[in-house]
Amino acid sequence: MQVSPSSLASVAGNREQRVPGTNLIGSGLETRGVHAWFGTKHVLSDVSLDFAAGTVTALIGPSGCGKSTFLRTLNRMHEFIPTAALAGEVLLDGKDIYAPGTDVTKIRLRVGMVFQKPHPFPSMTIGENVLSGLKLAQLKKNNTDELLESCLTRAGLWSEVKDRLREHGGALSGGQQQRLCIARSLAVEPQVLLMDEPCSALDPGSTFKIEQTISELAKSMTIVIVTHNMQQAARVSDYTAFFLSDGGPGVMVENSPTSKIFSSPTDKRTEDYVTGRFG
Amino acid sequence: MTTQVIPKPGKPWEVSVKERSKTGSLIVLAAILAGALVKLPDLLDEAVVKFPDFLPWDVVKLPNIVEALTGIDGKLGFAISFFLIATALTFFRVLRTSDIRAAKDTLLSSFALLGIVLTLIPIVSIVTTVFIKGYKGIHPGLFFNDMALNSVNDPIKEGGLLHALLGTTLMVFGALLISFPIGVLTALYLTEIRGKLARPIKFLVQAMSGVPSIVAGLFILSSLVYPVTKELSGIMGSFALTILMIPTIARTAEEMLRLIPNDLREAGVALGATQWRTISGVVLPAAKSGLVTAIILGVARIIGETAPLLLVTGGGDALNANPTSGPMGSLPYYIWKAFLTGGTEEAFARAWGGMLVLLVFIFILFGLARFLSGRKVG
Amino acid sequence: MYKIHLMTLLENKSADIPAPREITTKPRLSDQIFRGVVTMGGMASLVILGLIALFLSIKGFHILSEEKFSFITESRWEVITDENGNLAESNLGIGAMLVGTFLVSLIAILVGVPIAVLSALYLTFYARGFVKKFLISLIDLMAAFPSLLFGFWGFFVFMESAEYWAKLLNKYFSFLPFFDVPAPIFERSPFIAGLVLAIMIIPIVTSISREIFDQTPLDRVQAAYALGASRLTMIRAVVIPYGRGGVVGGAMLGLGRAMGETVAVYTVLNVVYQINWQTLFGAGGNVASLILLKFGEAGPYEVDALMAAGLILFILTLIVNAIADLLINRFGGKGR
Repeated sequence: MQVSPSSLASVAGNREQRVPGTNLIGSGLETRGVHAWFGTKHVLSDVSLDFAAGTVTALIGPSGCGKSTFLRTLNRMHEFIPTAALAGEVLLDGKDIYAPGTDVTKIRLRVGMVFQKPHPFPSMTIGENVLSGLKLAQLKKNNTDELLESCLTRAGLWSEVKDRLREHGGALSGGQQQRLCIARSLAVEPQVLLMDEPCSALDPGSTFKIEQTISELAKSMTIVIVTHNMQQAARVSDYTAFFLSDGGPGVMVENSPTSKIFSSPTDKRTEDYVTGRFG
Repeated sequence: MTTQVIPKPGKPWEVSVKERSKTGSLIVLAAILAGALVKLPDLLDEAVVKFPDFLPWDVVKLPNIVEALTGIDGKLGFAISFFLIATALTFFRVLRTSDIRAAKDTLLSSFALLGIVLTLIPIVSIVTTVFIKGYKGIHPGLFFNDMALNSVNDPIKEGGLLHALLGTTLMVFGALLISFPIGVLTALYLTEIRGKLARPIKFLVQAMSGVPSIVAGLFILSSLVYPVTKELSGIMGSFALTILMIPTIARTAEEMLRLIPNDLREAGVALGATQWRTISGVVLPAAKSGLVTAIILGVARIIGETAPLLLVTGGGDALNANPTSGPMGSLPYYIWKAFLTGGTEEAFARAWGGMLVLLVFIFILFGLARFLSGRKVG
Repeated sequence: MYKIHLMTLLENKSADIPAPREITTKPRLSDQIFRGVVTMGGMASLVILGLIALFLSIKGFHILSEEKFSFITESRWEVITDENGNLAESNLGIGAMLVGTFLVSLIAILVGVPIAVLSALYLTFYARGFVKKFLISLIDLMAAFPSLLFGFWGFFVFMESAEYWAKLLNKYFSFLPFFDVPAPIFERSPFIAGLVLAIMIIPIVTSISREIFDQTPLDRVQAAYALGASRLTMIRAVVIPYGRGGVVGGAMLGLGRAMGETVAVYTVLNVVYQINWQTLFGAGGNVASLILLKFGEAGPYEVDALMAAGLILFILTLIVNAIADLLINRFGGKGR
């Protein structure tokens, strides 16, 4: 669909300037020369990208260029695939998360993830789902009711489910389930939240609600969102990184502030993509 | 264009060599400690004898307490102590470097490992026992003689199991003649026709696979042997085995037919073929190796069945190629007879020899089945 | 397919949307015959099962009608004949053997299922690559071993160790009635038979449990890990709730197999007709081994009683297997 870059730029510009939050944790996420392989297939090449604390970064690009793979290297989910291999470093608060001896479950507590399709745990109620992260990571918290309410409020779901906390997670609509999954990720208080096309399976109404949530959340954490939807990137993100693959490994072509990438991208390939000449 | 140096792919999340060696040394330590613990009562006994004056009174009591507490020595004591010590060491090591959650995780891995080890020990023991004990019962004449003129207690070199081999072959073949068509038809009903009776039939096939083998024997006795022939024979054995074979063939054939992609069926139908021709001309040929696998697994299922044969075949000692009359021997019956009516070393060796032959057959059948399913594409 | 003309729809919004047409096919004769043949073949299982129930009932009916309920509860098995060999008196009840069946199967389940589930967890979540494939093949192979082999191995090799363990249990736990013995005869006891049966059912239960664990939806597993779960907490929160029903179903299949086992029990257990709750003591039996034992020298009346016993065994295993199938198909993923 042809969208003029200027309209995207104006959308990006219209967003209110984000006030950096006061309760940010840590100093953000940095990657240095990250490569990824599946077996011998080189799928991601030399990605060096910084995510400053309190910012929202969108990763855009055509399908199959390694955006999701890259996202999964950030919270060590990439290694679940048996043939996966990696090179480079991912630094959380300056420390490489792949250093030998690192407790991987602790990393995942600090770098949370929301998936494309919502998957609330069917054997748990709504309330139990939100707090499931505590149980899974065996964290002890005293004020679970407060936490429950605060997470659901931040996810924009509290008013809709506050009387239904004992019901099962599957009873909600798609958009509500996704917000439930967001609330679930919030319960362990991550400092970075990764979102892998969180709205692609949802209707526009739910999408809008979730985008609002993202803006709210960015006040207290760093967010990285993979999206196919350029308008969404324009709406929610502070920075946008454009990924591209020419049949070989995916590379990050350009990383710029969002308003700039849609109005005056540095690389010609970026310009071709955002003006709809391909992709 | 700058030449990019591509780094080597790595897997930093894998357990490093250093970690592995630490785990290895931990296991060795656990073994040593367990051995010491098991030997402790003896050591204390010796110490008490050697140094009665130097040890406090309480320590003198210690051997009895330790023995009472562990109560077990020898292999079992060592095994239990080793497992407990190794688990505890792993737990505390992880607790030191990480936290309680990760430490609890190691408990699960220890127990899962215990489970698989406990599962494997009997398998290894059984297979080695069969080969070691069965070896003595094998001799060159084994496959060429029968037991018509010998008793099980005779020296091994006399007599053989030819009659048993013949009997088993005939009975299995007979069972196959009936079970294969019925099994395949059942599978076809479930996958191709999928009529209203599909769920009940599937349930019944499962139910049939749970019928105890002795009940199958009783059934043939009551329905065919007593009323009709009043005689034990080989074909009765075939009938009893059929009941046990049908569910295996039906289930395996069904799984194999399901693997055939629907596109094949649609291609046949689109060419104007009837369902019958599509199935006979396209689906069944494509499932050929799967159906052979079903046969092999069915044969493996019944080849060692003993109980029904004990009831209905009579277990003759002489070569009998006529399934419809006269008692017919079989491998299981041969083994059973040698075990039960014998009592001497020779008899037992004979029984183990028969068991070895049986097991080798099962290995071959299994190997064939694996080979066939490996060859199938996807 | 019925095409609704787009323009018509746009023009006339209040037009009724027609009902879909019924599509019928009359198959060709060859297909009709084919379907008939296949259906008949499929019904064979029903026919066979029905015949089994029928014939066993016919033969055993008069026994049951004479002994009535005491056939199940009574624990005597005596047939007394007078001088002419005719039947004088009979007291037949399989009560003791039912107790034996229950006891031996219970031991098999209590020992076998936990080991099998732990093995299945290991295979699904800890083993990888060649080791995993090899172990799975090995366990599937063991599932194909004849029960006679387990009986033999149990008698010649395992008995010694099992006796030793029985003596230990007796030494320290004889305050429990199960572990007390009237006389120090530890060989060929229900305990040993139960252990042998446990070893026999472990491959089956492991296989089924492994398949069920394998089918745990990957997204839930990943969602749990993404929240910072360790393997233990992930398994507790996702795998167990998902696979619980199916694993129980698998255990019941193992139970069904243990209940009907004949030659393995016969070899390893001293089949004596008495109720024996003291599992470490060398006497007992189950229904299947009783049938085998008595069959050789049974007169016609006794044979009918054995048929009746077989009928009861048949019904029992049928029920257990039915429950198992229900559990596996309802709660265990795609089931078996």
